[in-house]
Amino acid sequence: MFGDFDINFVIFGVMPYVALTIFLVGSIVRYERDPFTWKSSSSQLLRRKQLIWGSILFHVGILTVFFGHLVGLFTPVWVLDAIGIPYALKQWMAVLIGGPAGIAALIGSTMLIHRRLVDPRIRVTSTFPDILIMVLIWLQLAIGLLTITQTLQHMDGSEMVRFMTWSQSVVSWNINAWVTVVDVHWLYKLHIFLGLIITALFPFTRLVHIWSGFAAPFRYLLTRPGYQIVRSRRHRPLEERRRAYDKVQAKRGPTATTPAE
Amino acid sequence: MSHLLDRLNFFQSKELEQFSDGWGQTTREDRSWEDTYRNRWRHDKVVRSTHGVNCTGSCSWKIYVKSGIVTWETQQTDYPRTRAGLPNHEPRGCARGASYSWYLYSANRVKNPLIRGSLMRAWRKMRETMTPVAAWAAIQNDPILRASYTKTRGKGGFVRASWDEATEIVAAANAYTAKTYGPDRVFGFSPIPAMSMVSYAAGSRYLSLLGGTCMSFYDWYCDLPPASPQTWGEQTDVPESADWYNAGFLMLWGSNVPQTRTPDAHFYTEVRYRGTKSAVVSPDYSEAAKFGDIWLNPQAGTDAALAMAMGHVILREFHLDRQAEYFEEYARKYTDMPMLVRLDEKDGHHVPGRMLRADDFDGKLGEANNPDWKTVAYDEASGQIVAPNGSIGFRWGEEGRWNLEEKAKGAESKLRLSQIMDGDHDEVVGVDFPYFGGAATGDFVKCDHPEVLTRNIPARRVKLADGSEALVATVFDLFCANYGLDRGLGGDWVSKDFNDDNPYTPAWAEKITGVEREKIIAVAREFAGNAEKTHGKSMVILGAGLNHWYHMDMNYRGIINMLVMCGCIGQEGGGWSHYVGQEKLRPQTGWQPLAFALDWNRPPRHMNSTSCWYAHTDQWRYETLRAGEILSPTAPEGDWDISLIDYNIRAERMGWLPSAPQLKTNPLEVSKAAKKAGKEIKDYVAEQLKAGDLEMSCQDPDAPENWPRNLFVWRSNLLGSSGKGHEYFLKHLLGTDHGVMGKDLGEEGGVMPKEARWHDEAPKGKLDLLVCIDFRMSTTAVYSDIVLPTASWYEKDDLNTSDMHPFIHPLQAAVDPAYESKSDWEIFKSIARKFSEVAPEVLGVETDIVQLPLLHDTAAELAQAHVKDWKKGECDLIPGKTAPNYIAVERDYPNLYKKFTSVGPLLEKLGNGGKGITWDTRTEVKHLRDLNGVVQDEGVSKGQAKLETAIDAAEMILMLAPETNGEVAVKAWEELEKPTGRHHAHLAEGAHHTKIRFRDIAAQPRKIISSPTWSGIESEEVCYNAGYTNVHELIPWRTLTGRQQLYQDHEWMRAFGEGFVSYRPPVDLKTITAAVNNDAAEGSPHVVLNFITPHQKWGIHSTYTDNLLMLTLNRGGPVVWMSEVDAAKAGLVDNDWVEAYNINGALTARVVVSQRIKQGTLFMYHAQEKIVNTPGSEKTGNRGGIHNSVTRATLKPTHMIGGYAQLSYGFNYYGTVGSNRDEFVIVRKMKKIDWLDKPASRSATQNVEAAE
Repeated sequence: MFGDFDINFVIFGVMPYVALTIFLVGSIVRYERDPFTWKSSSSQLLRRKQLIWGSILFHVGILTVFFGHLVGLFTPVWVLDAIGIPYALKQWMAVLIGGPAGIAALIGSTMLIHRRLVDPRIRVTSTFPDILIMVLIWLQLAIGLLTITQTLQHMDGSEMVRFMTWSQSVVSWNINAWVTVVDVHWLYKLHIFLGLIITALFPFTRLVHIWSGFAAPFRYLLTRPGYQIVRSRRHRPLEERRRAYDKVQAKRGPTATTPAE
Repeated sequence: MSHLLDRLNFFQSKELEQFSDGWGQTTREDRSWEDTYRNRWRHDKVVRSTHGVNCTGSCSWKIYVKSGIVTWETQQTDYPRTRAGLPNHEPRGCARGASYSWYLYSANRVKNPLIRGSLMRAWRKMRETMTPVAAWAAIQNDPILRASYTKTRGKGGFVRASWDEATEIVAAANAYTAKTYGPDRVFGFSPIPAMSMVSYAAGSRYLSLLGGTCMSFYDWYCDLPPASPQTWGEQTDVPESADWYNAGFLMLWGSNVPQTRTPDAHFYTEVRYRGTKSAVVSPDYSEAAKFGDIWLNPQAGTDAALAMAMGHVILREFHLDRQAEYFEEYARKYTDMPMLVRLDEKDGHHVPGRMLRADDFDGKLGEANNPDWKTVAYDEASGQIVAPNGSIGFRWGEEGRWNLEEKAKGAESKLRLSQIMDGDHDEVVGVDFPYFGGAATGDFVKCDHPEVLTRNIPARRVKLADGSEALVATVFDLFCANYGLDRGLGGDWVSKDFNDDNPYTPAWAEKITGVEREKIIAVAREFAGNAEKTHGKSMVILGAGLNHWYHMDMNYRGIINMLVMCGCIGQEGGGWSHYVGQEKLRPQTGWQPLAFALDWNRPPRHMNSTSCWYAHTDQWRYETLRAGEILSPTAPEGDWDISLIDYNIRAERMGWLPSAPQLKTNPLEVSKAAKKAGKEIKDYVAEQLKAGDLEMSCQDPDAPENWPRNLFVWRSNLLGSSGKGHEYFLKHLLGTDHGVMGKDLGEEGGVMPKEARWHDEAPKGKLDLLVCIDFRMSTTAVYSDIVLPTASWYEKDDLNTSDMHPFIHPLQAAVDPAYESKSDWEIFKSIARKFSEVAPEVLGVETDIVQLPLLHDTAAELAQAHVKDWKKGECDLIPGKTAPNYIAVERDYPNLYKKFTSVGPLLEKLGNGGKGITWDTRTEVKHLRDLNGVVQDEGVSKGQAKLETAIDAAEMILMLAPETNGEVAVKAWEELEKPTGRHHAHLAEGAHHTKIRFRDIAAQPRKIISSPTWSGIESEEVCYNAGYTNVHELIPWRTLTGRQQLYQDHEWMRAFGEGFVSYRPPVDLKTITAAVNNDAAEGSPHVVLNFITPHQKWGIHSTYTDNLLMLTLNRGGPVVWMSEVDAAKAGLVDNDWVEAYNINGALTARVVVSQRIKQGTLFMYHAQEKIVNTPGSEKTGNRGGIHNSVTRATLKPTHMIGGYAQLSYGFNYYGTVGSNRDEFVIVRKMKKIDWLDKPASRSATQNVEAAE
């Protein structure tokens, strides 16, 4: 019965669905059951040192890489064709933008891991999932950067198109998607495998804050009807503040007087 | 329903209701998340309780209970309001209190009764065949079996026991001890009843019914300032903290208010906004220092020099060069300054002698009653010598003249303060004053002035009854001379100029204290200037920083003198604010019958702990201080250079101090012998003592008959906190591993005591049984044989008061006692029940003999006008006069439990009272019967009021005390009217029908009612201030002259040079010997520092330093503090592990290196226990040690004086005190940190077997 069993089927055919299911269902369950654990668990209060540089490098890099993957993998091939972007150009863009971003993220995450493991306050307040997910992301970044060595060997974009096809097949319920990536270099395979692992672990770690990271700006921008007040820490001279205040006073919205007046 | 779905509201209408012209809108968002925050503050109940720790805070707290668990606590804010213009008391509390609930469910909690495994094994084996008392006897009579548990004390090996078994062992041990050695060999130590009165009373009631010994604490803790009884005849009475707000000039002297009096500190910050100036005296830059307008930082231990110099300035500028009218009047009316003192001749010189008495004059000045106790002065009005009203002779044996009216023999009088005017003195004579500045050793500045300073005094010749002539001077004139003030009489050692280098000038003080003379002068002037303008509103808050030195009396009297010179005592916003130890048990007279079973038998057995521990932990065997070193060069002839223990023995023999044990022979046997001989017990004992057939135990503390055999420690951490000479406790009292590195006098070849019998082999392990009752595994608990789990402060009902505020409020059981714990009341009740079951095996109704010293506030305080020792044949032995009294007390042992749980008949028969007055209390006992119910069971207690629960006991206190029952207050004031002949009842008449019950204070703290027990009043006009009724009601102070006693004329006082105040440098305890200091021998870096143990920020007294929250805020274990300079000398950096040691022992801690600390000093905050993060000592090989591992108690003979007016014994009132600040230690970096975490010699499995 298992004569023609292929591990590739399990990893690239079945596992994506398992991982995505855990990711979605797990996130919803956590949000429902334990809303007060839904947070990024920032350690900035405990120590700023190494956090600011590490975190900014990491987040800028990883967001770039993330959106690169998202757009790069899920844009249908026919759209590229229709717009007329050559595959090689897209491949070059991926290497040139994703490469530096990946390096930035790797440097950032190295700093963050170092801080998390070496700083006694941070270490003692870290949970196992905190450290595990950091290490996995670091590995994923390193492997992702290593795949560039393979990519550079076929800058025509042929491999890239295989991954686009695979990704799009997965989300379009094509059960044979796995076949498209059977022959790629093992580094790519490892990268995908690790990506799926991280996806599955997502709901059980602080990564859930990504949901909010995406949701919050949209809520503020699109659906939130109220007002947000921001006080700047930048020092403005008294004179300037007074002028700004007078200006605001001069054109206050509703003009109706209060009953007391 | 679903957080996610609720959020997915994209398709809902965005049209929201708007208001306020669009500035506001109402949303329909899910708000269930808010419930999380609401539930956080939703509880099963919120219960009022407090923290029964030794702290004076006495803050009422809300205890929150959720799902049956105490979750946290917050401060109560509902104290009754103060009067208008005065800030309120609330909120009171601090971080330490807020962290308490951690203990309830912590790993430190004692959950079940625990017994040392080897003891349990022996007990069970014996009990297989024997009855309980026989079983205990069998263990005690087998040295190997006894050693099997006494030698393993402090080394683990506890096994879980049942309550039944644990109480049976305790009861059997008590019964065996009473039968074999006498009931006074059963000791109990518990401090500060004010913090949880019923819990204290539970144990002391059991002991008092048994005939056991209740040990004092206030003196042992060295929180008792002996200067207070010496000056005022008052243990300690102080203004409430709200009164700080009335001060015009506020000094903080050796007291760190924001750190150690946190709940009250707000009054200090508030009064500064009112414009009050504050001077802070503290060697280190303490938290209080930053509050000061001026900070004076004298060398630690030299405060008396500073106070003397300030007194010098005040006398010069306000009494001599210009007489401030208010000060003069105050001095004449309220101090002994006008009284006449004889000038005795000694080797052709004159020295101040006794105060003159009516008895010295022809016809005794018409005073038939106690003429020897009536002091005299010149009356300006009649030009005669008179015996003015108010001296102590008027207090006893007559009525109506014990008051401070300006009268003598019914006529108006005006006492003369000074004989300086030409017509007033016959001659100017040189009088010798001792000077001790040259006795300084070590780091203390040594002066080269001679040890006797002769100064000129205006004196007058008077004719005495025996026909002789005597030279006399007023106290005031001697007082000024003592301060070295030049009054134009010529002679040496007096100054007009503050810059002279003469003793007690500011320039002299600058040299000794390091404080610039300008600062001294400025502070003194402002202090007195303010007092003159405000009539006494200058206040000094002072504390342990001064009182823990050997010569604490000098520090205190120096300051008291400043206050008295300026008329500050007894005036609102002024006075002496000594906040050390929680001494104010406000409903004291209601509590005493409960606590000492005075409702069943009187008197109880009390013991002063300092003398007791000094003798029974054998610290006397190592004494390095000879009396000769502290003796005055002007001492009268006598046998003075003897050992300190000899002084104590003499004091006990003459009835000055109590004894425990009392007689070498079991008192139960002595009474039988007396009966057989057909003699009165008192006479029989006197006869036998004289014949030498009976011997007082104090002469031979090491004889096995005289050992303390059983010891209860409850509400206390004797071994982890207050046990000065910790290592001596371990060595001799407990008999386990110890760190004593010195040798005793026998081994050293020192001078042996004369009176105390010396045994070459010192006993090790005097105690048969140590029982610790605690809610946590303290240092004392780990050294005990039996540990009983008690209820925490949120699990029991009790009462709490403080000197800092006028309220009484409860501890209450917010939850039932956790695990198997019980409240102290229930624990002692169960021991009493067990004892009544077990005792009939050997004890029935017995006659005990209680040895009672000459007590203050009784007529016995007039017993000894002259010092005479019956043993030396100077007088006959008359019990109660020249020796202690011997009183027969019946002990009904089988009925002990019945007596414990009911109010006995003596209250109705003999009445109740305190401080020298007694009132009828039948009405209150009847009310108690109605309130608590009546015992129905047959037996001795049938028909008596019940005392079943802790609340019953609390009601007894509240019902009987004048402070909580207005009817009693009125009765008490009326009783006081008899001796004073003045009307006082008006102070309480308004509160006649006020009766405070337990449920009242559960609802809200209640302000107490004015009572004659205290010298301040509760009123809407003034704050509580000590001495208020003396000054405003003209009730005399309870001293010899009835006035503030600045001259101490007792022979021993004069012998030790403390008739007048002087500066005495710290004593040399010689604890850094060449033999012990191997660092000096090896040349390795170390530093020798003065060892100081203040109160800390991360723990209060003994009870908090193992709290995880507090440990987390500090360094998580024991720390010592030192200056950067000293650290550099010893090659130390912050957080290094160090060892501090001397011949007394060694301790280990991390070092905090701080600029705050003055060079030359090592701080170790009090009571950091050895159970938390303490490594082994390299020196001793044992675990670290505690702050008291390097200290040893040293007695002072002047504190032993008795039978002499205010210098008479009272429990926690007067007696020897356990000073500990004159100590030095060697500090060095530890080379190896050994946590000693290997298992002890006896394997754990053996203990498990024992338990099975």
